[in-house]
Amino acid sequence: MSHIITLIDITPAGEIANTAAQLLSAAARLGTPVAVAAVRAEITNNRQLVARISEHLGTLGAEQVYLVASEHVGVIMHWPQLEALATAATTLAASGVLLCNSIEGREIAGRLAVRLGGTLLVDALDVRQDNDRIVATHSIFGGSYLVDAAVTGKPAILTLRQSTADETPVVQHPVATINILDTDVAGAHSAVIEAFHAVEAGADRPDLRGARAVVSGGRGMQSREQFALVEQLAAALGAAVGASRAAVDAGFAEQTTQVGQTGVTVSPELYVALGISGAIQHRAGMQTASTIVAINTDANAPIFDIADFGIVGDVFAVVPQLIAAIAARDSAA
Amino acid sequence: MKIVVLVKHVPDTWNERTLDLNTGWIDRTGAAVIDEINERALEVALAYQDSHDAEVVVLTMGPEQAKDSLRKALAMGADSAVHVLDPLLAGADLVRTATVLAAALRQTGFGLVIAGNESTDGRGGVIASMVAELLGVSQATNLNSVVIGVDALHGERATEAGTLTVSSVLPAVISITELSATPRFATFRNIMRAKKKPVVVMTLADLAVDTAPRADAITLAAQRTPARAAGIKIVDAGDAGTELAGFLAGKRLI
Repeated sequence: MSHIITLIDITPAGEIANTAAQLLSAAARLGTPVAVAAVRAEITNNRQLVARISEHLGTLGAEQVYLVASEHVGVIMHWPQLEALATAATTLAASGVLLCNSIEGREIAGRLAVRLGGTLLVDALDVRQDNDRIVATHSIFGGSYLVDAAVTGKPAILTLRQSTADETPVVQHPVATINILDTDVAGAHSAVIEAFHAVEAGADRPDLRGARAVVSGGRGMQSREQFALVEQLAAALGAAVGASRAAVDAGFAEQTTQVGQTGVTVSPELYVALGISGAIQHRAGMQTASTIVAINTDANAPIFDIADFGIVGDVFAVVPQLIAAIAARDSAA
Repeated sequence: MKIVVLVKHVPDTWNERTLDLNTGWIDRTGAAVIDEINERALEVALAYQDSHDAEVVVLTMGPEQAKDSLRKALAMGADSAVHVLDPLLAGADLVRTATVLAAALRQTGFGLVIAGNESTDGRGGVIASMVAELLGVSQATNLNSVVIGVDALHGERATEAGTLTVSSVLPAVISITELSATPRFATFRNIMRAKKKPVVVMTLADLAVDTAPRADAITLAAQRTPARAAGIKIVDAGDAGTELAGFLAGKRLI
């Protein structure tokens, strides 16, 4: 069977990103899953760490692992990952490469498609093998349409929308075969990373992309201080925090939390909209949620047109009561 | 310095946008506008031109109607426009689109190319990176802010994991986010002047790009998902928070 390569993120401490399971599971449906990561030599020189990584990736379904050591990891944008993927794809004559549809992932995918002369499809919800070609399903215009597209050229480069949906069981390998390579980065043409400021990790809060529950606040939260109520409800529900563009523009929330046409697209089991009117651009980013709850003082707010449970009322009265009710249930359980 | 800003004519996000279910392509018969993010990209270029010697060119690939977006950009202050217009480009996939834009950029020449981080219709977010790779120049993408120097630029790049301070040599291709700049309004004077500014039309033959109509990523099927309906709607009478908790518990969401 042909090899399907996945780009796996591994932190400097050797932790494997939680997107690995989704990518390797999808790769297993298309061929033989291979995990590729660009890492610093501190990792490849550490035998114990390498063993742990190969064991972990093996249990996620990887048959082979390529750890490509480069001193440019974290220093030159995209370049080490591109070199690692191109090397593995060429060595194995891979028929496909799967990446996470993150900002980094999709940009690396675009560059790789150019470099390998491949075909690119981005933001797939799902991928499948259909005779001798790969077919990907896409959600278009905020979930208003589902479109299937096929890749006819090879190799196929695809990015997958992050999801925590249950993965198909994969064939586990106690230990994946490890290949350690060094890259030659002569001729790198990419931005130089001078500093990195990690997003403040909100305690144990899930990532917005792929979260099972999302609580978002809008202009109705009134101020940055009062936006804290959104975070409190998110904490009570184990949800990620989102925001409407109006709330971001008003400075209540960070731009990375923006849900909508020009922000993140989410499709959680539960979406709670607090003080969000529900302009068409916001709905484009969340209308495929399984259950939508909306609280707004304006009875005519368009968000109510798509809400499964709508409350015309003051978020500052309703939400504290909801949080108290959740706490009461938790302590009774 | 010559700055080329990439522009896309897209369906207006304030209206309901539709797909042609036969081709799976975007229905471009409805109201369409210059993508808002392109106005911000152009603002970055024009703000630089306000205090430096620079020529600002806008470049689009798209059907005849895309000329409206170029006119809007010219009215904002761009000096000239290039329109890659060829019926053989209908249904072009990402690789084809990037290849054609890169070929056009080789003809116009550039010191800096500025694109939006992603279009509102396709939302691919890959074209700037692909064009840079094709041209073999440096790239700095998804920038919240950018400072353009003589032979280099610096910026703040946003990713899901955090913010990166990046620098790049010139020439380069960059893409910007909606935090980067607030676009200026077209003045009446500039709207009048825009009518006399040059719009160069290029075909695939002009660009010496393969003219066989092709796309290696093809649409097989498109379907409309059912519209959502409104569910329960109550007016808070003092116990709505408790009622909501009951609803969520009934759905096993808490």
